[in-house]
Amino acid sequence: MTSENPGNPAGRAAGLITRRATLGAAMAGSLLLPGRQTQAQAAKPAEIKVGIATYLSGPASVFGVPGRQAAEMLFDEINEAGGIGGVRVRPIFVDEGPGVDHFVGEYRRLVQSEGVHLLFAAISSADCLACTPLADELKRPTLLWDCGTQRIFEDNRFEYSFRTQANATPEILSALLYLLRAKPDFRSIAVVNQDYAWGRDSWEIFRTGMQALKPGVRIAAELFPRFGATDYSTEITRLLALRPDVVLSTTWGGDLDAFIRQSSDRRLFERSTFVLPLAESSLERVGKALPAGHIIGARGDHWFLHPNPRDQALLARFTDNFRKRFNAYPIYPCHHMAQAVFAMKAGYEKAMAAKNGGWPTDAELAGAFRGLEFPSLTSSVRIREDGQGLENQIIGTSHHTDKYPFPVMTDMVVFPAEMVTTPVGQKSTDWLKTLKPDIVQGLPQPVAYRP
Amino acid sequence: MLAWFSENTLLLGLAALDGLSYAATVFMVAVGLNLVFGVLRILNVAHGSLFAIGGYVAATLGLFIASHGLPAWLSLPALLLAAVLTGALLGPVIERLLLRRVENQEPVLQLLVTFALFMILEDLQKLVWGVQPVVSDAPVRLLGTVDVPFGTDVIPFTAYQLFVLPGVAVVTLLGLVWFLRRTLAGRMIVAVTEDREAARAMGIDAARVTLLTFSAGAALAALGGALASPTASLVPGVGAQTIVLSFAVVATAGLGRVEGAAVTALLIGLGRAFAVYFEPELEVVIPYIIMVAVLLVRPQGLFGVLETRRI
Amino acid sequence: MRRAGEVLLVLLAAALVLVVAWTVPWLRFVLTIALAKGLAVLGILLLLRAGQVSFGHALYLAFAAYAIAFGAARVPETLLLLPLAAIGAALLGLLVGLFVVRYREIFFGMLNLALSMVFYSLLEKFYSITHGTDGIRLPPTTFAGQVLDPETQGWAMLCLALLLSILFAVLVRIYLASPIGQALAGIKTREARLEFMGISGRRVLLSAYVLSTLMAGCGGAVLAMTTRHVTPALSYWTASGELVFIAILGGSGSVAGPFLGAVAYELTRVYAAALVADAWQMVLGAVLLLVILFAPGGLWGMGRALVGRRRQA
Repeated sequence: MTSENPGNPAGRAAGLITRRATLGAAMAGSLLLPGRQTQAQAAKPAEIKVGIATYLSGPASVFGVPGRQAAEMLFDEINEAGGIGGVRVRPIFVDEGPGVDHFVGEYRRLVQSEGVHLLFAAISSADCLACTPLADELKRPTLLWDCGTQRIFEDNRFEYSFRTQANATPEILSALLYLLRAKPDFRSIAVVNQDYAWGRDSWEIFRTGMQALKPGVRIAAELFPRFGATDYSTEITRLLALRPDVVLSTTWGGDLDAFIRQSSDRRLFERSTFVLPLAESSLERVGKALPAGHIIGARGDHWFLHPNPRDQALLARFTDNFRKRFNAYPIYPCHHMAQAVFAMKAGYEKAMAAKNGGWPTDAELAGAFRGLEFPSLTSSVRIREDGQGLENQIIGTSHHTDKYPFPVMTDMVVFPAEMVTTPVGQKSTDWLKTLKPDIVQGLPQPVAYRP
Repeated sequence: MLAWFSENTLLLGLAALDGLSYAATVFMVAVGLNLVFGVLRILNVAHGSLFAIGGYVAATLGLFIASHGLPAWLSLPALLLAAVLTGALLGPVIERLLLRRVENQEPVLQLLVTFALFMILEDLQKLVWGVQPVVSDAPVRLLGTVDVPFGTDVIPFTAYQLFVLPGVAVVTLLGLVWFLRRTLAGRMIVAVTEDREAARAMGIDAARVTLLTFSAGAALAALGGALASPTASLVPGVGAQTIVLSFAVVATAGLGRVEGAAVTALLIGLGRAFAVYFEPELEVVIPYIIMVAVLLVRPQGLFGVLETRRI
Repeated sequence: MRRAGEVLLVLLAAALVLVVAWTVPWLRFVLTIALAKGLAVLGILLLLRAGQVSFGHALYLAFAAYAIAFGAARVPETLLLLPLAAIGAALLGLLVGLFVVRYREIFFGMLNLALSMVFYSLLEKFYSITHGTDGIRLPPTTFAGQVLDPETQGWAMLCLALLLSILFAVLVRIYLASPIGQALAGIKTREARLEFMGISGRRVLLSAYVLSTLMAGCGGAVLAMTTRHVTPALSYWTASGELVFIAILGGSGSVAGPFLGAVAYELTRVYAAALVADAWQMVLGAVLLLVILFAPGGLWGMGRALVGRRRQA
């Protein structure tokens, strides 16, 4: 099931050209033809078209492009294995870069003109918030593949949207729990987050949890540098002077690379323990500028050296194929994309099984996602009755080894999803306040890095 | 008030150090734009793209030096080389092929030409350098850190931040002032800035001056990017964020005034550093607050002169 | 005779929009957005007549959009929210205008830009109210008390956008033909002459500025009720740049230019994004460059030149 000629760029280019050509032809036709309407009766389509919203421009393309690469690879693999129920799958990518008003238009175009059978949307939380009501309106199954906000299923109920990954609450809470066990005596903390929704939200979650689990920690500084900032020297000077025990930063992408590098140059890592819940996606780039002994996470249990994956061969094959084809280690958006792809496959299969092999309608397909359990690259994910995915979380400590030119994780804790996810029907901020300090005693044992 | 100052002297000192180095980067970003505006009367939106490209070229050179086992000190002159390369290659091409063709059009059309260029360069960068952040931090590592005493404590600063950035900014400022005041080419630029028609009448080849100035402005933008590249990560979109900041500086400074750009950069640099220390939420809006405040008092900018009405 | 011809042309254009939206359902949304932006661009055009370029008009668009977002949570009535949001934007415009009309050219442009960036930062800073970049999702709005199904709502918004576009286009034409509109052009050529005639350039510019913000407010209101999700990105400087872009693309010679430009812009963007998802910006940039270099009168100017040539032949 390896992808065809992974090392052959000519083959890939040819594939790209045919795809472009098909798309061009489809576009020319679509100005005149209305798209597929919602099916009342289902007929087996010639191909399953999947609209995928991802960032292809702007700073978030550091996630969007690896996500797209993973999708291209996995769609190829599905097609080589005969497709889903004998039907080939085809991805249609759209760029989230231009903003929400453009994306909402693109969503409509994908449904009404391209006639996609389902959508994977999106990286931006704003795009997810905007498209979930649209999915219900247009009645097209939509898998939320990467966005972080916990508000979606806590504030509303949707019939056609499902999340194939966790959300901000478990991602941040597990980092907090890990910190509480690894460094129970810390007395002060400073936060350096990007000045936008994710930076604010994640700090809110962390602070609410911390005040419930370890009241009395002094908040030394709350710094929110501009999103896309290139220079953190002032923030770093201030942290050097304040000497907080812990520095939390949920920053990502180029911003995180710069922050890590500048902190490392000025030995801030020697004065404070860093908690970096998104560092996994920067490890290969920052290399050993990130010293050993700091807490890192991966927005899920996404780690190519996961201590006990469900299917070791699957994870290894995915990692190797991805590296061969794209010359980089797969980072968490690649895992998130894989989960959306696996969920799509499992969902179709479940819906077809329920119809004794008949092809499902849009509504039947959407129904199949509720309660669906599907494999991920490292374990499995279950979609709850409210549409939220239950995904385990891995947090570890950075560790240097000669085997890799970048830090790896040691003392890894895999948090079971149920332990760290807000229960159905509750709001995260309320639930976090009810946490009791003894939750830390019940954590799974850390697993050391095995060379 | 006084008590507050004496309590916070140490902190103010630290903030001033940060502010100075930040002011240096702001100055480097804005001075080229200011120079170009003075002569061409075009607000070059693509200035941010030139900044980004300068940074990318510098990082590429730095990575080349590192991967070929060349001596690490080469990465310092490589920053300058990147700026010269970008300015010398892109500057004349943009000026000759685009700006000259709209020379006599309305200012808004000229501005939009650079806006279009900005959009094109933004995607070109992505095609050339990809979307993953690019960085080459050899210059910072090479120079190491300096411990600055802070009460009983010490605060490590990188020598790059403390000396190279402000040093280059000061050299650039003095060099430009000297060039504009004391050399023939410089005086020609000043003449064209002050009054294009009169300068032409005096026999100055305004077209050549324009070409030179634009290329110099491009090189300065690229130098700003190159200087930022060892610490910042270059990602798509970095140009768009740079340009707003330099716009604010140019409008505050008064058009075409090099000294104005320096003073404004200092104001913004120090203002931002103090904000991070004492009122972090204000950090992002500092440049705009300064700009609005300055223009309220001096509508022509800090160093601008009121244009006489020519009726 | 000429007037009748123009009315016919406008009706034809409106009918064309409706027909396209009916045959290609997903374009209905795109066209509504285009008309909404066209409204804001009409304001840019007005200021262009005075030789001034605002690089911050997205501020008023975003202000009205957020006003709708907050208002809709309380009184979800389109016909009430829209005028309120637009008037709110115009009041803000008056306030800002009193300050910025004292400045010309780059200072005028940059001050507008600065204020819109400050507003952008405020939307981020008041995170607990605005949800920052995640933005606010709007509940469905009623139309004259009627709860419409999504399909009808889409049509209602398109028709509303069309009506507003025609209304304001006519209004701007009347304004430009009036003495105060003539004085506006005077600011561009020689403002001192106006002053000698006893006309205050500032006051003239202020009237145009407030009218432009009113239109941007209407545009923002329609935009918010159509996308039903507002984010601070609406007020980022590139959004303002986009409005100026559209003004030039459409051509500043006629009040039809902004709408022509907006429709062309949105369609180019949608199709560029679909065909080359990686390089849509480059396509847009190239289109703009070609228009400026070879057709500085914009699409409207191009169209006129074509018609003119045929008449001559």
